[in-house]
Amino acid sequence: MGARSLASVSVGDVLGPVTVPVGRDTLVAYANASGDQNPIHQDEEFARSVGLPDVIAHGMWTMGAAGTVVAEWAGDAGRVIEYGTRFTKPVVVPVGGARIDVTGTVTSVDAESGRVGVDLTVTSEGQKVLGRCVAVVRLD
Amino acid sequence: MAVNPDYVGRTYPPSGPYPVDAALIAAFAAAVGSSDPVHTDPEAARAAGYADVVAPPTMAVRFAQASDRAYVADPEAGIDYSRVVHGEQRFVHHRPITAGDEVLGTLTVDQIRQAGGHSMITTRTELATASGEALATCTSTIVVRAGED
Repeated sequence: MGARSLASVSVGDVLGPVTVPVGRDTLVAYANASGDQNPIHQDEEFARSVGLPDVIAHGMWTMGAAGTVVAEWAGDAGRVIEYGTRFTKPVVVPVGGARIDVTGTVTSVDAESGRVGVDLTVTSEGQKVLGRCVAVVRLD
Repeated sequence: MAVNPDYVGRTYPPSGPYPVDAALIAAFAAAVGSSDPVHTDPEAARAAGYADVVAPPTMAVRFAQASDRAYVADPEAGIDYSRVVHGEQRFVHHRPITAGDEVLGTLTVDQIRQAGGHSMITTRTELATASGEALATCTSTIVVRAGED
């Protein structure tokens, strides 16, 4: 493994689609690793008590899982130098689990700096869950 | 309770240091589904040019959110955390966070806006090592939803 070469990348290249499963166990693992122990991500009863349909994934889990798709495409997670998104809709995670679908498109390639821009589309149950999800990777 | 607009421009003293170790990086990578060996194999990480195993790009949020607490939990700031949802998040990495780093986070309240009874708070956390090496700039917007009453 190793980083993808800059010369092999062109505007319009497509990443994915990649489907990522998410279960309640994923959210417990994410809560422990991230330090975000908000019960809306683990406790169904609590989530319903604050008006949510069910447990929802951490927005940052969704962003992180989509980031993994970019990092694996780049071939080296340390190459992701910028990454931002809006959280537009929660990913509802029923007891049987859910999934997100991630696709990306290369929107810019700067041969001088090696900066490659990637726009990501992330959906769950056909609905966009992240908005303006954009990453920049640096390739040689 | 209303979000206190007087906090705009305020910078907090650095919080931390937050130690980064291989186990934490491996746990975070597993949670976001990353099997890239640079997270778990020090040899692979060194071969890729890093000092040690590398944190996934969004792991910086752990230290940014830890640094946010001094502000968010300040009763004078007027933030009802039970009404908070995450609106936006952005990272600019200056170099990857690696095992062995001791991370300090310096929080600045950049902007507080009101819209339709909701408050949008944008904070910026500069992550750096204890020796002052810049790691990441983490910008977060949280939305404090309007109350029913």
